[in-house]
Amino acid sequence: MSNYSYILLIPLLPLLTFLVLGIFGRKYFNTTAGFIGSASLLASTILSFIAAKQYFFVDGKLNGVYQKIIAFKYTWLSFSPNVSIDMGIIIDPISVMMLIVVTSVSLMVHVFSLGYMKGEERFATYYAFLSLFTFSMLGLILSVNIFQVYIFWELVGASSFLLIGYYFSKPSAVAAAKKAFIVTRFADLGFLIGILILGFYGGTLDIGLLIERLTATQSAEFINMTTASFLGASMLTWGLSLIFIGGAGKSAMFPLHIWLPDAMEGPTPVSALIHAATMVVAGVYLVARLFPIFSMDPSSLSLVTYIGAFSAFFAAVIACTQTDIKRVLAYSTMSQIGYMMFALGISKVGGEEGLGYMASLFHLFTHAFFKSLLFLGAGAVIHMVHSNEMKDMGGLRKLMPITHIAFLIACLAIAGIPPFAGFFSKEEILTAAFHSNKLIYGVALFTAALTSFYMFRLYFSIFWSKESTLQHHHGEGTWSMKLPLLILAACAVLAGFVPFSNFITSDGKALETHIDLIFSIAPVGLTLIAISIAAYLYKKENDKPSKLAAQFGILYQAAFKKFYVDELYLFITKKIIFPFIGHPIAWADKNIVDGFMLLLGKTTAKISFKIKGIQSGKVQNYTLYFFGGILILSILFIYTWK
Amino acid sequence: MMINNFFLLLRQELVITAIIFILLFIKLGKDKSNESLLHIINVLLFINLLIGFFPMMEGGLFNSMFATNKLVVLEKNILNFAFWIISLQSYSWLKTHKHVIEFYILLLSSLLGMFFLLSSDHLLMFYVGLEMSTIPLAAAANFDLTKRQSSEAALKLIISSAFSSSLLLLGISFLYGTTGTLILSDIGSHLSYNPLQIFAFILFISGFAFKISAVPFHLWTADVYEGAPIAVTAFLSVLSKSAVLFAFISILYKAFASLSSMWYLVLIVLSMATIVIGNLFALRQENMKRFLAFSSIAQVGFILIGISGSSHQGSSSLIYFILIYVFSNLAAFGVLSLVSALTGKESIQDFKGFYKNNPTLSWVLTIALFSLAGVPPTAGFFGKLFLLMAGAAKGNYWIIAIAALNMVISFYYYLRVVKAIFMDENDQPIEKLSIPIYPKIAMFICIAGIILTGFLTVVYDYINSLSISL
Repeated sequence: MSNYSYILLIPLLPLLTFLVLGIFGRKYFNTTAGFIGSASLLASTILSFIAAKQYFFVDGKLNGVYQKIIAFKYTWLSFSPNVSIDMGIIIDPISVMMLIVVTSVSLMVHVFSLGYMKGEERFATYYAFLSLFTFSMLGLILSVNIFQVYIFWELVGASSFLLIGYYFSKPSAVAAAKKAFIVTRFADLGFLIGILILGFYGGTLDIGLLIERLTATQSAEFINMTTASFLGASMLTWGLSLIFIGGAGKSAMFPLHIWLPDAMEGPTPVSALIHAATMVVAGVYLVARLFPIFSMDPSSLSLVTYIGAFSAFFAAVIACTQTDIKRVLAYSTMSQIGYMMFALGISKVGGEEGLGYMASLFHLFTHAFFKSLLFLGAGAVIHMVHSNEMKDMGGLRKLMPITHIAFLIACLAIAGIPPFAGFFSKEEILTAAFHSNKLIYGVALFTAALTSFYMFRLYFSIFWSKESTLQHHHGEGTWSMKLPLLILAACAVLAGFVPFSNFITSDGKALETHIDLIFSIAPVGLTLIAISIAAYLYKKENDKPSKLAAQFGILYQAAFKKFYVDELYLFITKKIIFPFIGHPIAWADKNIVDGFMLLLGKTTAKISFKIKGIQSGKVQNYTLYFFGGILILSILFIYTWK
Repeated sequence: MMINNFFLLLRQELVITAIIFILLFIKLGKDKSNESLLHIINVLLFINLLIGFFPMMEGGLFNSMFATNKLVVLEKNILNFAFWIISLQSYSWLKTHKHVIEFYILLLSSLLGMFFLLSSDHLLMFYVGLEMSTIPLAAAANFDLTKRQSSEAALKLIISSAFSSSLLLLGISFLYGTTGTLILSDIGSHLSYNPLQIFAFILFISGFAFKISAVPFHLWTADVYEGAPIAVTAFLSVLSKSAVLFAFISILYKAFASLSSMWYLVLIVLSMATIVIGNLFALRQENMKRFLAFSSIAQVGFILIGISGSSHQGSSSLIYFILIYVFSNLAAFGVLSLVSALTGKESIQDFKGFYKNNPTLSWVLTIALFSLAGVPPTAGFFGKLFLLMAGAAKGNYWIIAIAALNMVISFYYYLRVVKAIFMDENDQPIEKLSIPIYPKIAMFICIAGIILTGFLTVVYDYINSLSISL
């Protein structure tokens, strides 16, 4: 095995940056923090690419199969010889792919923020948080132990809380950060219980060992876990479903998606990093990491499939009606992650059957680039217009030519127009769906059409529609903002040509895939139709959209109000949980628990006062007590003496 | 060959003896300023600490009255380390003291006694070591020459320890009479369940309980701790206690292993009484030294729970905990001794608003108190966790529950101090203190120890690999 120990540096560099900027940043580096953060992340990115080259092209393969390599492992807490919490680094195709995605998108965001966040008072703090987030995310994807995953999972949650609430003087940002934290917290509880179930039955927390034990149908652990059942489902289903709930919380799957649109209160580059390319795909990554185990349990896989497909469709419908551009992008992210989820759900392990797995991760890969491009583009637009609302925009194509082109490329990519990146990955997903589940295929196809509709609705409203009333008061932004847009645009064009199936498949062997032109006719055709409708409705300012909205009436209103899911949550918490569960518990806590504690405290104080006399300061008394002690000991010994 | 063995086995004892002689010669020579003396002494003590880490050998001397092995060397190193830290910390106090050399000679003799105690494989050697480690301390406790309380402390210490020693000696003679041997490793095989032996054993345990100040043999502790100079208090509460606990566990596990079912109950009763009473008294203390005295009594209760596990883990968790206890307690004493030497203030009231002018010292004290209380992620948490786990191995979960409940009570009095430091208003907070370099070094080492010992599993693994089992 060759040496991968340098990979340790990839997460440690951002950690170091965080510590330096976090402790000394505001005093010493408030203006240079951006360069320090970007430079250290550049080093991490370069190391990631070196690692990818070494793994994929030099020594990752053994007999044509990509190996799992444990580059580093340190036993942190060992509970028993078998169960321990380790900190380590795993190198396998998905972790290396994620390394590339996380470091390069994060680098783009770091560079973009140089311009976007310039002049912020807490500039260094912002970069410190970004570094902390990057570190946590990298630690998450490199984890060898499922508890290590959980630790970093929480760190990711905490650092995203800090980033979403960055503008803490704004009440809506604080509320959004709290909402994101609380909603994902509930999901994480599921995750933790899932981990404990898997750990209990699998007898280990090590991911590799868990997979090995729970995929062998003959092993004692597997038999135990499938035969033990609770409320009609086997413990394996329970464990995996709970873990999936954790993933669904982070990945904003229905019905745990409500935090994502609100989280757009954070600075826009943060949304590009967290809500496009990295944190929200953590759920997908988690399912993919444990996929061999998931594949043993059809019921939890079908849960993944249907939740994924429904979220994809549901979010796409809402996205068609939103007017805040970041919210449109947020729902579009949710919809695309739904794609990745159901692609995993319909997959199996090995060969052609494993197409869905590969397609899902391929889509994760391409989506990271074009979605962060969309967010950064939106950031540039917001920077220019100082508003998130579509109605304040329009006709920006002349004012911001580079942003315009980049945004167009990203829209084409997400719509799935060949030869842009999204086409290839979406095509694989649709193929996989077509071969395994026709219903899912139908939903996916319709969602694809909706996707191109709302994306081009966004595009036309921002860059065409009416003439801009803005003056050329400042240009398109600094080069530090334009450069990431250009690089990501290039990626959005080219990422689809990566022969992905050679590298990442469900069983590590290369998979032959080909694009079937006949098969592509339906999705591409539908997409083109949807784009034309969007162009017809939104290219020039007119009253057709509002008429259309009026015609859909209730349906439009419902979608506009995000199908009242938020209101439902509020109703349940405010009208049911608080009065019927919360208040009685609060009462009991105040009167019974606290009362008991108060009593305990008072009694303790009283006794403490009473026995004060023993400590008289007289040595002769002490001797007396000494003899008393010997007497007590003697009595005890007599009692035990047999 | 013989000479070689002699030097290798007695290495640490010889170095201390050498230092004592060097100090005597310096004393005989012409007067030096206190500062240069303290430089010399601290360097010498550091060398003494380093020599403990040189390669060693295992074996016995003097007809196996003296025995040493890796575990004993580790224990001696911990004691050496603690002594070095105390010496660094008392710099501010000793700088103005008239009798620096005498002070060090007394404490070093006591340390030498502890080393013989740890290495003893013979009850006479054991007794001599124990006495040698106690008697100089009574003189040292009197070192605040102008304070009446200090003399009172010294007198109380010598009287009560003479009393306990006599009972211990009585126990030893009964043991000798009934088993016919004084060699510790032989006693085990001669034990029968003869009442006289059991009584001897009770006296034996009581003697130990006095030294580690387990309730109800603890009453001298608070008075002595309060009266003695802080350096001596730190020495008493950290070094003496640790040394006696090391000796206690090795004798219990080696010589009296066959009685384990009997001493299990005794230890549990002692530990419960110690934790509860220690906590109850600590709740109301106003003097910081007294407060730490009672808190250290409660800590001993936890240690006894670990010992009661009578397992390999029991012994390794004890040594691990003591290492952490050395770090945390000395960090706290370090701050106290600095504040007391520079301002003369020792009560909790005086620490109100301490954070305002002395943020670094406040954080050091806070981290130390957190570690003593056992708040994660400080090392103190892991130390207590392992002790309780060792105790729980016997299956008596109610004991663990009581201990855990008492941990909560102890949070109250530790956090009371933290509250005073950070939150309470004070019109005249302690002014900004300048910290000399030696105490500063000591503090940072302690804080690093508190943070790192919990996370570096190698420490525990190393101790675990050396520990004895029943």
